[in-house]
Amino acid sequence: MLVPEASVKSFYNFLKEKKIMGTKCKDCGEVYLPPRPLCPKCIKSNLEWVELEGKGKLVAFTSIAVAPTHMLNAGHSRDNPYVYGVVKLDSGPSISGLILVDAKNPEKIEIGTRVTAEFVKRDDRVILGFKPP
Amino acid sequence: MGKLARGVALIGAGMSKFGAFPDKTGRELFVEAYIDALNSVDKGIDNKDIEAMFLGNFSSDIFEGQGHNGPLMADWVGLTPKPVTRTEGACASSGIAIRAGILAIASGLHDVVCVSGMEKMTDLPTSRVTDALAAASDVSYEFPAGATFPGLYAAIATAHMKKYGTTIRQLRMVGIKNHNNGKLNPKAQFPITIKELMERRIAKLKEKGEPVPSWRDEMDFLEDPVSNPIVAWPLRLYDCSPITDGAAVLFLAAEEVAKKFTDTPIHIIGTGQGSAPFALHNRPDITSLISAREAAKMAYKMAGVDPKDIQVAEVHDCFTIAEIVATEDLGFFKPGEGGKAAEEGLTARDGEKPINTSGGLKSKGHPVGASGAAQAVEIWKQLRGEAGPRQVPGVELGLTHNVGGTGATCAVHIYRR
Repeated sequence: MLVPEASVKSFYNFLKEKKIMGTKCKDCGEVYLPPRPLCPKCIKSNLEWVELEGKGKLVAFTSIAVAPTHMLNAGHSRDNPYVYGVVKLDSGPSISGLILVDAKNPEKIEIGTRVTAEFVKRDDRVILGFKPP
Repeated sequence: MGKLARGVALIGAGMSKFGAFPDKTGRELFVEAYIDALNSVDKGIDNKDIEAMFLGNFSSDIFEGQGHNGPLMADWVGLTPKPVTRTEGACASSGIAIRAGILAIASGLHDVVCVSGMEKMTDLPTSRVTDALAAASDVSYEFPAGATFPGLYAAIATAHMKKYGTTIRQLRMVGIKNHNNGKLNPKAQFPITIKELMERRIAKLKEKGEPVPSWRDEMDFLEDPVSNPIVAWPLRLYDCSPITDGAAVLFLAAEEVAKKFTDTPIHIIGTGQGSAPFALHNRPDITSLISAREAAKMAYKMAGVDPKDIQVAEVHDCFTIAEIVATEDLGFFKPGEGGKAAEEGLTARDGEKPINTSGGLKSKGHPVGASGAAQAVEIWKQLRGEAGPRQVPGVELGLTHNVGGTGATCAVHIYRR
């Protein structure tokens, strides 16, 4: 049994502790991020928590000018865009994150750029961010 | 396995005008599409012939505050008390309704069914539509990181550009081409070319006595941050399908009864559907949709045809990059060559592989739950030689490719005259 349970809630609770936590299947060894309560390969719940190092590289990104409500509330707008991206961690799995780079010059952002995790406070939540060292 | 127990044909297809209709609700759009479909059945069809209905609808619950739309639409077109099932697969909601209708007939349960889609999206302000559409992505992990729907497709675009050298110009070419087609479709939301949009803008600026930018051509116009603002880089406004109200209705029949309704049925010879890891970050390859590859493989196998045999296709161009990825996933072009194909005109109406002759979601409009069924309306017209000025001459084999979300669902169908 995983303690706490592998859930969206526990993933974000761990981020508050500045930890990126995934789950690892004890049978096949696959690491899941976000954490899953069931290994979809083995169809078994024989998993354990693993902490993943927040180092990796950017594999896809965009600079977003038309923001959803929660990002508008965080101060973003057409004049203050932000970058969303997918980061592949050195330990294997990939995850979505806010990419903390100059969003106004997206043509200068390069896929493959090395990034490290940042824990970004948003109201009562912490979300995952990444930035180049 | 992989075969239908009996053949299924399209015997009628129609759609409402697509656009923004503040004075209409979903049911009026649906009635309009239903009448259009009734009129398309050569020998006529009576409601008593129709045994069941399937409705694709993503989110009228949010868009209109009206849930339970299956029986509501059926009631408004006189199909009560027949069974009605609503299917939901985000923007593929009616693509999967087509498959559900096929299965209902192939199983022997029904001889004739109505397959349809409806979405009424323009009542809400854009920000709330954006929020509602984002519900088709992963709201627990993608959305909190700032992803939007255009943003996720833009991320697919940057990955595709990096891996294959796809260019921004190639993205824009897809939009230009689809507007060229949509101009010839009276049902389209924006039946106007990008060049005409540019000329209209120039005329307006002159009228107001404001300075007119010196755009060299439509490509130059599309790179202007004022006339074509960034939504999610590299996608700009004219890389994105619009917010649309609309409905589409199809009638499907078992092959053995189809001739009762028309001498020119369109045979549905292949159906495929696939799924993919829900979030982009859980996909081994962000530049291709495994759901589409799976659905296409299934449909081609059932139909006994190859990608090269397809003569006309409607693919899910919710964003320009999506059409490029679609034409690769469907095997029309090799991975990485979809952008080049668009740039070289291979996907134009007079090209070797005409794509989105209807104008696609880009110009025709994208009422999400109706788009899959509306694609079949275009193929119905093309294969029967009824597409008017946008007709591709002599086409007998067509395909539809309808994607839900960022590709977690895909339905592919193959049709033969």
